[in-house]
Amino acid sequence: MILKELSEAHGVSGNEGDVRSIVLDAVRDHVDGVRIDALGNLLTVKHGTDQDPMRVMLAAHMDEIGLMVVDHDDKGLLKVRAVGGIDARLLPGVRLAVGPDRIPGVIGIKPIHLVESDEMGKVTKVEKLMVDIGAKGKEEAQELAPLGTYATFATPYRELGPTVTGKAFDDRAGCAVLVELLRGDRFSFDLHGVFTVQEEVGLRGARVAAFAVDPDCAFALEGTIADDIPKEKDESPTTELGKGPAITVMDRSFIADRRLVRLLTGTAEELDIPYQIKQPGLGGTDAGVIHLAREGVPSATVAVPSRYIHSPAALLSLEDFDHTVRLMRESLSRLTRETLK
Amino acid sequence: MEAIPLLKQLSEAEGIAGFEGPVRNLVREMWQPYVDEMHDGALGSLIALKKGAGPEPRPKAMLAAHMDEIGLMVTDLEDSFLRITRVGGTDRRVLLGLEVVVHGRRELPGVVATRPPHVLPKEERKKTVPWDKIFVDVGLPREDVEDLVSIGDLISIRREFSELKNRRVAGKALDDRACVAAITLALERLSRIEHAWDVLAVATAQEETGLKGALASAYGVAPDLAVALDVTFAEQPGVNDYGLFPLGGGPAIGLGPNFHPKLVERLKKVAKDREIPYQMDPIPGRSGTDAWAMQVTREGVPTALVSIPVRYMHQPVETLAAEDVERAGRLLAAFIGDSEASLLNEIAWEVGD
Repeated sequence: MILKELSEAHGVSGNEGDVRSIVLDAVRDHVDGVRIDALGNLLTVKHGTDQDPMRVMLAAHMDEIGLMVVDHDDKGLLKVRAVGGIDARLLPGVRLAVGPDRIPGVIGIKPIHLVESDEMGKVTKVEKLMVDIGAKGKEEAQELAPLGTYATFATPYRELGPTVTGKAFDDRAGCAVLVELLRGDRFSFDLHGVFTVQEEVGLRGARVAAFAVDPDCAFALEGTIADDIPKEKDESPTTELGKGPAITVMDRSFIADRRLVRLLTGTAEELDIPYQIKQPGLGGTDAGVIHLAREGVPSATVAVPSRYIHSPAALLSLEDFDHTVRLMRESLSRLTRETLK
Repeated sequence: MEAIPLLKQLSEAEGIAGFEGPVRNLVREMWQPYVDEMHDGALGSLIALKKGAGPEPRPKAMLAAHMDEIGLMVTDLEDSFLRITRVGGTDRRVLLGLEVVVHGRRELPGVVATRPPHVLPKEERKKTVPWDKIFVDVGLPREDVEDLVSIGDLISIRREFSELKNRRVAGKALDDRACVAAITLALERLSRIEHAWDVLAVATAQEETGLKGALASAYGVAPDLAVALDVTFAEQPGVNDYGLFPLGGGPAIGLGPNFHPKLVERLKKVAKDREIPYQMDPIPGRSGTDAWAMQVTREGVPTALVSIPVRYMHQPVETLAAEDVERAGRLLAAFIGDSEASLLNEIAWEVGD
């Protein structure tokens, strides 16, 4: 399962090289063209069977959230800042891999024995946390983890049965779906499979990739929020694990193209593929910039529901993953110029 | 014997307070080559005897380090999720996103769950998550969870041991398995020399829930003197206080009402003679260690405490310097090796003292 390799790869925004190599190895023999653009996006094309094929862009982002070293203290500890939307609540106690050599590092906080009771409720800001790699002084720390070094969660991919847990399912799950699609049969249209960079710091890669590809329509493939754990109030679960791929109608970044949404839901119903509509309003994806490229691009987002995204250990259902691949393959095989009329 | 492989094995072993089985088996295996007899105490401690060389009856020194660790327990099932409480002083601030193992009808890997920040109001993201909003997710459908998990099942924290730079290491349960490692190193050294005293090495149970194993095993052993080994607070970010020890500065020797002053002097002397770096740790009252229980066993036992500095205590990233563990092992072995059968008389209070 390529999801394991992708999940365990390191690729904090701006440093997606390792993920790109894995993807490249996985798809190179199945596509007709590959190139890497100025920002580091991997653009692939798999030609269609039509005489005058449409251009369809499928995008999944390779980058993940993480930390960057911004300073060193006299004791050899590393000061860090968040890259992307990191949740400060879950940094204490994490094990990290620091830099290209994956130096083990940890984040600890004031021991519970020494904490005043009114302190227990406060989240320590990322700015106040230090990463400990065992360095004994400033110079050693500077040498081992120079300014700008990236760090990411050191969480192994693990099978729990019908589900799997690991880091960076947002959006390595989307990358894995796109790899599966590129490795399959040709579609009628030219499939532009784009593995984007810097989604987590502002959808940067997708913006330039969409300009370059100039597609007739586009789909963002994501690992999205499943908030289906118990809570006091009757709040929406956003998406639920095990209920199939999540189709976005509207989120913070865009309103999905109705015709593409209908294609997806119609295909799912025709073939009895389970699907769910993601709760409108939350989150944002590469589609947020792709649909604004040039004169505008009809776009949709399909996602594998994932619990605990942006945490060291996210969790998704392999069945949802398979259904997402199938829904995409079947929907795309039904996609024609007529769909967009 | 290398300290780091010992620390890795001990850190990664499971053994929540009251359920020390797996770690007890590991310690039994580690100690087997160096001791004469071993038995399990009624509360779960592992009690080993290494006989001295002198004529019987020989004085008995008890060396105690606790092998239990903090953990979690299932309190309820809610849909496919587990509600949890803590066993010992587990810190809820470090649980989120942690990998765990639920000891149900079979071992179930899982993760500690809470709601993602994307869906929370801004204010809530600034607060640590209270126990009633923390769940464990084993990634199985509800029916399977109901079959496999019961209220009261234990949940171990799962964390791979990390070797940091400069022979510093990080992992879970180094409180107090680092000291079990130190005793193991001491036993190995003692197996190569003659010593007058009987050594009772005890890996105690249920320390984290109230020093239970030490209390019961000290009664059984009835030692003439006792040394507890535990971890103490190392200098670390976010804490400015007295009583913090530099990592790698050597083991700390406890000072205060919990400790016999002459025994303390003796430990200091041994450390000085052998040029083992050490630090002094003033503890004005309750030490919160096995020493607290052992001191008041039967008619009272001269007791001391040797501590290894640890950063981030009760977090799955407890960090220490391997050399401090080795030094504690050397200090213990030298202390036992240097103890004549008459030591007891030397440290006894005289009327008029």
